[in-house]
Amino acid sequence: MDTMEGKINTQTSDPKPEGNKVPSVKIKVLFFARARDLTSLTEMPLEVPSGSSADDCLNDLVARFPGLEEIRECMVLALNEEYTTESTIVKEKDELAIIPPISGG
Amino acid sequence: MESDASRILHELQSLRASKSDIDRRISALETQLHQINLLNDSVPNGSHHSISTIDNSHLNGPHAHYLTPEMIHRYSRHLLLPSFGVQAQSNLLKSSVLVVGAGGLGSPALLYLAACGVGRLGIVDHDVVELNNMHRQIIHTEAFIGQPKVKSAAAACRSVNSTVQIVEHHEALRTSNALGIFSKYDVIVDATDNAPSRYMISDCCVVLGKPLVSGAALGLEGQLTVYNYNGGPCYRCLFPTPPPTTACQRCADSGVLGVVPGIIGCLQALEAIKIASVVGEPLSGRMLLFDALAARIRIVKIRGRSLQCKACGENATFTQQEFQEFDYEKFTQSPLSPSPLKLNLLQADSRISSKEYHDRVVNGDAHVLVDVRPAHHFEIVSLPNSLNIPLPSLEARLPEISSALKEEEERKGVSSGSSAQLYVICRRGNDSQRAVQYLHKTGFTSARDILGGLESWAHDVDPNFPTY
Repeated sequence: MDTMEGKINTQTSDPKPEGNKVPSVKIKVLFFARARDLTSLTEMPLEVPSGSSADDCLNDLVARFPGLEEIRECMVLALNEEYTTESTIVKEKDELAIIPPISGG
Repeated sequence: MESDASRILHELQSLRASKSDIDRRISALETQLHQINLLNDSVPNGSHHSISTIDNSHLNGPHAHYLTPEMIHRYSRHLLLPSFGVQAQSNLLKSSVLVVGAGGLGSPALLYLAACGVGRLGIVDHDVVELNNMHRQIIHTEAFIGQPKVKSAAAACRSVNSTVQIVEHHEALRTSNALGIFSKYDVIVDATDNAPSRYMISDCCVVLGKPLVSGAALGLEGQLTVYNYNGGPCYRCLFPTPPPTTACQRCADSGVLGVVPGIIGCLQALEAIKIASVVGEPLSGRMLLFDALAARIRIVKIRGRSLQCKACGENATFTQQEFQEFDYEKFTQSPLSPSPLKLNLLQADSRISSKEYHDRVVNGDAHVLVDVRPAHHFEIVSLPNSLNIPLPSLEARLPEISSALKEEEERKGVSSGSSAQLYVICRRGNDSQRAVQYLHKTGFTSARDILGGLESWAHDVDPNFPTY
């Protein structure tokens, strides 16, 4: 069921039915280290409602990739290559980086 | 008892003091000898005026420094750098740097620190050199396999630069010895491979007010930053909550491309040199992220010192004593000297040793062997006739096991009373237990795991079977 919904959401290329949708911003999410393993991605586009915080973005990502919960409490969060807190509001074209620590050597 | 302990501690302290005194004298004599040899080398030429190396009277005036002619020659390319020069080299020669870990990160860091002429270079490691270190731990040579890494690394550093004082700390870093060791150095380089050590090293640097050059590498990625420098953040400011053990991967499990820690280790040497020689802008408050596959380096601004930090925050009262009593293994839920995990999930009758399994194969017993390692592990090496079903896909591929068992029973003509046995193997015998637990729940009640996995097969049955 979830996958069906997922498909419908990602395939809304036709702009017409989106007429009265809440305005949204598109950001880019960068994954590092363990976050790459957990998502099998190095980066992905993410569309969130305007006014969303970095924390909202994280919630969205954890919903898509439940494995990310594992590193939720132990990561550096950077917005456009600068340290950010979870309450910062994301803007169009922002780059949100999720950087868990590596301990190997 | 207590007085015994304090007597031993006292004796240790005085022995260490005399040891480092002897090290210093050896180093000084070696330098002197080198200078005499240099002098002798120039004598047979006879034609030119030989320079006195002990007497620095030719360096009078406002430009006086303590670089000997040999030093001037050895470090000439540093001295020629306008932004480095005599001043920075002199600072370097007077400085001391400690590298914790003589592995993938420590190898290049130590070589460059020895070569560049830090005054005193300490090495902490308790491990021995192994064949599977050689692809990345480039300071060690094959001749040192089986010997302490500290010994091997120290020999390599001395062969690069005999004028640097190399101090060997052949011991595991613990809260009991960290303060004593760290306090003798100006700059600390974290080249370790596990989370508890990283917290312990950072806290120790906070307690002693030492700058920390921290590097890490795994797989195809590396990270680098300078902690506790000039009011900058410490490791705990960034990561107050330790990562869960599942997120702490080791090179021994996940793999690492050899040159990746090499690059990070070189950058650690660079940062340590900058701090020790007082040049440039150390990577404090910033983190360098290295992505080998994409050939990309990003530098991300990280948070400043956290006022709430338990180690360095405004109200933090983290003392030397608290440091010594802090249990880093409990805090991070992982051991300071990472050794392979050894699960014990199953009853003894659900397990079989590799020798027993071997006997059954020799007997021709009807059985199916399922190997639950990832496909890229299976590709390295596997036992004959094993069926590779990686653990994550086990659930979906149960029918394959059923049909493999049926086929085996038909082939071997097993009588209707008994049936083919099901065995499960992996690399070390952990995932195989998880798989058997799951198989028991899904009706394969006779499934058994092979104790200790392929490692035990190599150890107990076939010494020529490759290990990795």
